[in-house]
Amino acid sequence: MVAERIWRCKAHSVTVSTVSHNYIPIAIMLLATLFAPLVGALALLLVSRDAKKALKYSSLLMSLVAFVFALAMLLGFDHTNPNMQMLTNVSWIPALDAGFRVGVDGMSVLFIFLTTLTMPMVILAGFDSIKEQEKEFYALILLLEFGVIGIFAALDTFLFYVFFELILIPMYFLIGVWGGERRTFAAIKFFIYTMFGSLVMLVGLIWLGYYVQQTTGHFTTNLLLLREIAPTIPLSTQKWMFAAFMLAFCIKIPLFPLHTWLPDVQSESPLVGTVVVGAVLFKIGIYGLIRFGLEMFPQSSFEYAKIMCALGAAAVIYGAMLAIVQTDMRRLASYALVSSLGTMVMGVFSMTPEGIQGAILQTFNHGLSVTGLFLCLGVLTQQRGTTNLADYGGIAKVMPMFAVLFAISLFSLVGLPGLNGFIGEYLLLLGTFRSPFLNNWTFGILGATTGVFVAIYMLKLYNNICFGKFPNDGSASMSDLTTKELVTLIPATILMIWIGIYPSTFMRFSDESTKALVGKLELVKFGTTKYTETLKKLHAAPATEGAAHKEH
Amino acid sequence: MLYDVFYSLPIALCSFFGITAMLIGAFVPKKRSNIVMPYATSGLAIVLTFAALLWGRNGTAFNGMITTGMYASFFDILFASSGILVMIAARPYLQKMAWEFDEFYVLVLFAVSGMMLMAHANHLLIAFIGIEIMSISFYVLSAYMRNEQLSVESGLKYFLLGAFSTGFLLYGMALIYGATGGKMEYSAIRASVSYGSQMPTLLLAGTGLILIGLSFKVSAFPFHGWSPDVYQGAPTVVTAFMSTGGKAAAFAAFIQIAGALIPNGGPDSVKIVHLLACISAASMLYGNIAACAQQNVKRLLAYSSIAQAGYMMMGIVAGSSRGTSGLMFYLAAYLCTQMGAFIVAAALEHKYGKQLEFSDYAGLAKRHPLLAGVMSLFMFSLLGLPPFAVFFGKYYLFTAAIEAGYTWLALVGALASVISAYFYLGLIVAMYFRNHESGETYPAQPGMSGVTIGIAVAGVILLGLLPSVVMRWTGIVM
Repeated sequence: MVAERIWRCKAHSVTVSTVSHNYIPIAIMLLATLFAPLVGALALLLVSRDAKKALKYSSLLMSLVAFVFALAMLLGFDHTNPNMQMLTNVSWIPALDAGFRVGVDGMSVLFIFLTTLTMPMVILAGFDSIKEQEKEFYALILLLEFGVIGIFAALDTFLFYVFFELILIPMYFLIGVWGGERRTFAAIKFFIYTMFGSLVMLVGLIWLGYYVQQTTGHFTTNLLLLREIAPTIPLSTQKWMFAAFMLAFCIKIPLFPLHTWLPDVQSESPLVGTVVVGAVLFKIGIYGLIRFGLEMFPQSSFEYAKIMCALGAAAVIYGAMLAIVQTDMRRLASYALVSSLGTMVMGVFSMTPEGIQGAILQTFNHGLSVTGLFLCLGVLTQQRGTTNLADYGGIAKVMPMFAVLFAISLFSLVGLPGLNGFIGEYLLLLGTFRSPFLNNWTFGILGATTGVFVAIYMLKLYNNICFGKFPNDGSASMSDLTTKELVTLIPATILMIWIGIYPSTFMRFSDESTKALVGKLELVKFGTTKYTETLKKLHAAPATEGAAHKEH
Repeated sequence: MLYDVFYSLPIALCSFFGITAMLIGAFVPKKRSNIVMPYATSGLAIVLTFAALLWGRNGTAFNGMITTGMYASFFDILFASSGILVMIAARPYLQKMAWEFDEFYVLVLFAVSGMMLMAHANHLLIAFIGIEIMSISFYVLSAYMRNEQLSVESGLKYFLLGAFSTGFLLYGMALIYGATGGKMEYSAIRASVSYGSQMPTLLLAGTGLILIGLSFKVSAFPFHGWSPDVYQGAPTVVTAFMSTGGKAAAFAAFIQIAGALIPNGGPDSVKIVHLLACISAASMLYGNIAACAQQNVKRLLAYSSIAQAGYMMMGIVAGSSRGTSGLMFYLAAYLCTQMGAFIVAAALEHKYGKQLEFSDYAGLAKRHPLLAGVMSLFMFSLLGLPPFAVFFGKYYLFTAAIEAGYTWLALVGALASVISAYFYLGLIVAMYFRNHESGETYPAQPGMSGVTIGIAVAGVILLGLLPSVVMRWTGIVM
């Protein structure tokens, strides 16, 4: 196998070059991050079924190992460089030019890091709630993590598709084996819904490769090559490919009106499944919109940005309306997710650095808050065995610590200044208002209503649970958070406050890449851009890319 | 003469082992007659070795009636492996049913030699003889459990409909013989039909009849009617063999004959290809929709095999080298997956035709975690989920279809796959998400068939992860 460490492409030609060895260790960090969960999943199969503690802690350990690798990767990442970094290219199926191509730019590195950060919390959340078939459970969770990281790292459409479909299997079993009463229905609905989108996307992917074959003579699945050539496809053809991709990602996000699988999955999954969907899976959709929507099909994106934003606005309002009337905590939280995903889609299709960065940050914020929120709900459900809002009240008196941490998660979703949600929401709206592509304030105004709605239903939720009287006076039986629950919740809370105060710790990584993307889009649309500095770096020769790394 | 023997060595050896196995079964005292199975299996292993040794040699034998090349060798290896896998799994199954006779193994050997003849044929008559040798062995094998009503019914149905389709095939060949002025060799037919823009009526009629006959053999819609009943009624190991080796052989002949009869570019051939595309689309949709209503695992796999034939037809519709090599890969992937699934079903079958309903599979994950696990693996592969074998076959065939301008066909294929998720997952739902409710449960007795299942699992995973190993072979072929 020939590993060509780095390859750059300009339109219609690919140059391959080998770069100094300084480059390799950092690329290995990405590979290590990617494969650590897989190794963990396989290793778990060797652990005895009865060694429950060993199963729990070894899966937690592997997810932490992945996180440490991801941290090392993030530290090794050159955030002043908008190009793809840490590239690995191993030939896989020469007949299709498919390869094991992975690499990260500022956006995907953040997505990967944030995923590895969320996963240990998710696993911790499973410790108390999963009682049977633990071995399979933790192996599947780690397999899921492997798939999700793979999606963000893949620079090859074939590989991307493999990872994209790979996560269906663990999700299917997570819902079906450990889920609630209607779990079979929810599992099959989720699977068929998602598979429909991804198979249409598969046809789109092949069509794209074939289009390249017509222009260059070679079928390819090389994403870096495709994203140079795809924008040159005439709009009449491009819009169909765009539609195929958008269908898949809008189902995955899920964007209104393709969201109907979400409430079923959220209410029938085991708690951990709910957290995974609410904190990790929807990131894939948002990432796909950026990577395959904006980058590959700029003309179509301009053409349909307003439609996508209108769908986003509809999702904001529709999701919020439904969230307000829900009486079940999980369903409420899942409609809240539908609603706030609407703003993220608007942010992406505002095609401004603020909007896109806001969307990326918000996926993370939302992951954190949702993890926090669902963990809190899980604590309640475990003690009372119901998710019905009417069965709760006056918790603040008996569970003061819980009330505080629950409040922080909630207020982060509401967008209280000083917490992470505020920054994300602010950037999203700023992007939507300032977008030269949308050139329309309506979307911004519609998006801003989310602030009002979210306050209504979240405060209602809090009010209902924490204040008032406990029905049947069962509150006496409730006990405050245990140490294990605190260990899960406090890191999430710290991060919420951290990002709320100093977001650039994370934001700086995606800064240059976002600017480069927007710069390219503006060049196509308006012919000029104010991000010329970034674009210059983008067209730097491979050698300079290596040199930049040496300095780092 | 020497070359004639040399190039047809796999076929000759296979028939030789078949005949000697029959003699051993007939004349060696009954007590020792259980040596037939090891004899037949090792015979096929020798055939496999010779087929592999002939790899890379191109040549014709018997005045150009038989060819040897990568194409034929690839299929030889495929057929011999499917025969070996079936024979290993057949012994525990037949012993369980208390109906083990030597003829079973002999018939498998004859069927394999018929299949090989189909892949080696360069002449319509040879292809016909191959098809008949294979089909007649299958008729007998289907009715093998002769005191079981289902089995006899299956054999009779298969025989009647098979004979009917053979009529189409033979009539078509006769018409082509007339239309081309006495030519039966593929290359000669190709040479005589490729000129001119309009196909003569006689040739068109002959082509149509042959394509109908072949579509019957691959069980494509609307010529699929026989397959659910036959697949359900035949002994499970026989079904495993028919639906993998048999289907592969039918496609081996189909590719060659379609290549000879449908020249590129003419207005009529475009129409024929359109028609084949419609057959392909209809098979995929019909097979998958009908499978959704099934509650019996064998019937489910039968309907799904109609749909799978539809996917494979894409390779013929594409008519390109990519289409052919994609189809060949698909056949190898399908062989591992379908064989594995049927052998798992055979291991779980208790009395003849019993313990095959979804309700019997309920809670299987608790009773037989390993069998349930591998069955799910096969289901995911059939569904076309990466990184399993069939996914890559589908990907490649979709690519070929889009390349040939049949994007709509690829879209129909994608849609049909979504439908198929319902029933493939349905089986997994039964095994993992439900508990066994009523009736007795019987422990599975896989015995030696575990070897077959293990090889199938390895094949599904390896072909999925490293498809380029096999692609390198199928890619060179054309």
